[in-house]
Amino acid sequence: MSGTMVTGTTTTGAGIAVSVLQVALTVVGAPLLVGMMRQVRARMEGRAGAGVGQPWRDLRKLMRKKPLDPHGTGPVFRTAPLIQVATTLMVAAAIPFVSVDTGVGEAADLIAVVALLTLGTAALALAGLDTGTAFGGMGASREMTITALAEPTVLMAAFALSTRVGSTNLPAIVDAGLKDAGRVVSPVSVLAAFALAAVVLAEAGRLPVDNPSTHLELTMVHEAMVLEYSGPDLALVELAAAMRLSVLLGLWSALFLPWGTATSTGVLAVLGATALFVVKVGVLGAVLAAGEVFMAKLRLFRVPELLAGSFLLAVLAVAASFFLE
Amino acid sequence: MRIIDVGPGDLAATAIGLLDADHRLALVAAHHDRPQTAGRDAMRVVYLFLGPGDSRIELRLRLDGHRPQVPSLAGLSFPAGRFEREMHDLFGIRSLGHPMPRRLVRHYGWPTGWHPMRHDAGPAPEFGETLGLYPFLEVQGPGVYEIPVGPVHAGLIEPGHFRFSVVGETILKLKARLWFVHKGIEKLFEGNRPADKLTLAEKISGDTAVGHGLAFARAVEDALGIKVPAEAHTMRAILLELERLYNHIGDIGALCNDVGHGILHQHAGRVREQLLRINGEVTGHRLLRGGIVIGGAQVISLPDPDRLSALAADVAETVDLALGHTVVRDRFTGTAVLTLEQARDLGTLGYVARASGLDVDARRDHPGSDPTSAPPLVLREGGDVLARFAVRAGEYQQSTEHINTLTARLHGPGRHVAAERGDPGTGRSGVRTGVGIAEGWRGTIVHRVELTPDGSLSRVKVVDPSFFNWPALPVALRGAIVPDFPLVNKSFNQSYAGNDL
Repeated sequence: MSGTMVTGTTTTGAGIAVSVLQVALTVVGAPLLVGMMRQVRARMEGRAGAGVGQPWRDLRKLMRKKPLDPHGTGPVFRTAPLIQVATTLMVAAAIPFVSVDTGVGEAADLIAVVALLTLGTAALALAGLDTGTAFGGMGASREMTITALAEPTVLMAAFALSTRVGSTNLPAIVDAGLKDAGRVVSPVSVLAAFALAAVVLAEAGRLPVDNPSTHLELTMVHEAMVLEYSGPDLALVELAAAMRLSVLLGLWSALFLPWGTATSTGVLAVLGATALFVVKVGVLGAVLAAGEVFMAKLRLFRVPELLAGSFLLAVLAVAASFFLE
Repeated sequence: MRIIDVGPGDLAATAIGLLDADHRLALVAAHHDRPQTAGRDAMRVVYLFLGPGDSRIELRLRLDGHRPQVPSLAGLSFPAGRFEREMHDLFGIRSLGHPMPRRLVRHYGWPTGWHPMRHDAGPAPEFGETLGLYPFLEVQGPGVYEIPVGPVHAGLIEPGHFRFSVVGETILKLKARLWFVHKGIEKLFEGNRPADKLTLAEKISGDTAVGHGLAFARAVEDALGIKVPAEAHTMRAILLELERLYNHIGDIGALCNDVGHGILHQHAGRVREQLLRINGEVTGHRLLRGGIVIGGAQVISLPDPDRLSALAADVAETVDLALGHTVVRDRFTGTAVLTLEQARDLGTLGYVARASGLDVDARRDHPGSDPTSAPPLVLREGGDVLARFAVRAGEYQQSTEHINTLTARLHGPGRHVAAERGDPGTGRSGVRTGVGIAEGWRGTIVHRVELTPDGSLSRVKVVDPSFFNWPALPVALRGAIVPDFPLVNKSFNQSYAGNDL
């Protein structure tokens, strides 16, 4: 579907530099984003909070520990954290966070991005099954159920967004939004934004779908799959989860708040766009954390209703794209 | 107190008569008497029935010390079956005709044939690995799998093993295996002066210091005929309600936290901390230890009614916010229903019973010599998590009002104890017994003590309401979903330590 390309059809050195910058930004910034969100929540609940740097301190502590493999686990368990980190980093390189001219160019396809993220989810779910524990299997089953319900929404929303540019290429979609703000605030885009917001919550394991701060194994989704990880492996899993949240928020802001994204690889433009991107994702994270204070976790069997609602919005977005454009 | 000596032949008939007259079996205490006190190596079992009008009736049954066995009452009363299993594990008393004569208290590491409550049990032998000898019932069928949880849990809670048999997310059967914390508390009382072991009674279940302390003190006073001063009765009632307050708000907050609504948990935690500080000011101990003494009570200060009322207003707001939140309300409503019939059949007590519409409260039903009026009873009929939440919320407000009414009646803090008595054994012979009943925050606590002629404890039997309420949890959970278990368990919030003495 990549017919009308605007920029980034060829891979340039500067484009690669932009991708490297995005990856570095994601790795360094993701734990800080999580720390900031926890801090926002703590302050709103009247607690002092552990500070923005706490996730990084946790990662440093875990990295220094001795690696341990649970009895009876195989390569699936060992490689899953690496796969999740790797896929998330690829996605971070591909999505036009700071500039539409990334080193990935043509391959930065919305469907490819979603597929990569799902690959990471699937790897972790298999690892949960590989442990052979009841919790691992339970978490994997729940995660796959949620993913399977979220996936149609993503594809529908992607379809709605791509019709206006005739391509699922992310730089093309973002570029079109930059050039014509009317597209971003159109009914199609607004409907898709709400649909994808619900998916971001589900895929990142946030309230009201999953409770990232619970210690109750029986209620967990994401955390249940990774209960057996420890030491450096757990650090990778935690880092991947943090990066996943950043990337999902970044993807959402690139699609629906594209303003400020650089259209070139000029140093000043990229630096300005980087600062603006950090602010955008930071604000989104803070809003999400603040919203979570007032939320409670849905009963597991109500999650499909939430995701069905988001699917309906995505379908409406597609319908609107035919009737309105 | 009426005492009826029964033989093995007429035990069941007498029990049927009492149960039909609206009595419940509240306590069963086995005794292995030392030869010097009973004349020979004999065993006895005491069945305590409680009924309307503060009726207390004891059935006493003598057993053959060499082949101790009792006719089972398990078919008449569910709690009786559990008391009999406990008796078998601790004393080696067989119950004839028991439908499920399996071990109850005995951890699977305990050696068979060792019954620690017999006076000739000796020191604890080496514990063995007999894990395979007590299998769980396996639920079979397509797609059925098991989830084992515990006994070590995430978070600071007591140990218990839960085995879920599940299809998808739906619980077909839950087996709760507790009994990991046997401490031999009943035996630790023996041979000591009652006043020296009041602190032990306060530690039976750490969150129920007043409830157990009061039940123990009342049992000793009942045995020795001590008349407690009126001011002490009032102070005891205040302490009992203060204990209810800090525990109920803790549960209210924890229930909100278990559905992911953390902010209300934070506010509940703030209120609880304020209450603990008030407790510290009143008794010198944040968990209210030391307020109850044998024959009376003592407080350093009285709780300030304005502070308690302000906290009660905060709690009311927290409860309104929780129940006004659609998702929280949805999670609570209809979750793990315990019907009135189930609650009655299992013999549940406290807020678990009252949330299912069972009208029981020892403050009203079994005041003993306490003239203090009981606060109005909070009753709900849903039997779900919402009802158990609402009963706690209602009781919080009632208890606050009750404390403030009682505080106004007192002239000030101080120590009020019955006039000193001489040595209780002087000029008398024979063993004296007493029963103490208190409505702790979880429900009715019953202690029964026996004192030797020289005034030391020869046997103490403790029954925490958790002993009656734990079996209700798996019953209520049938058909619930796995991720709701922590919420449901918290809505029951039974004691492991009080259950397994």
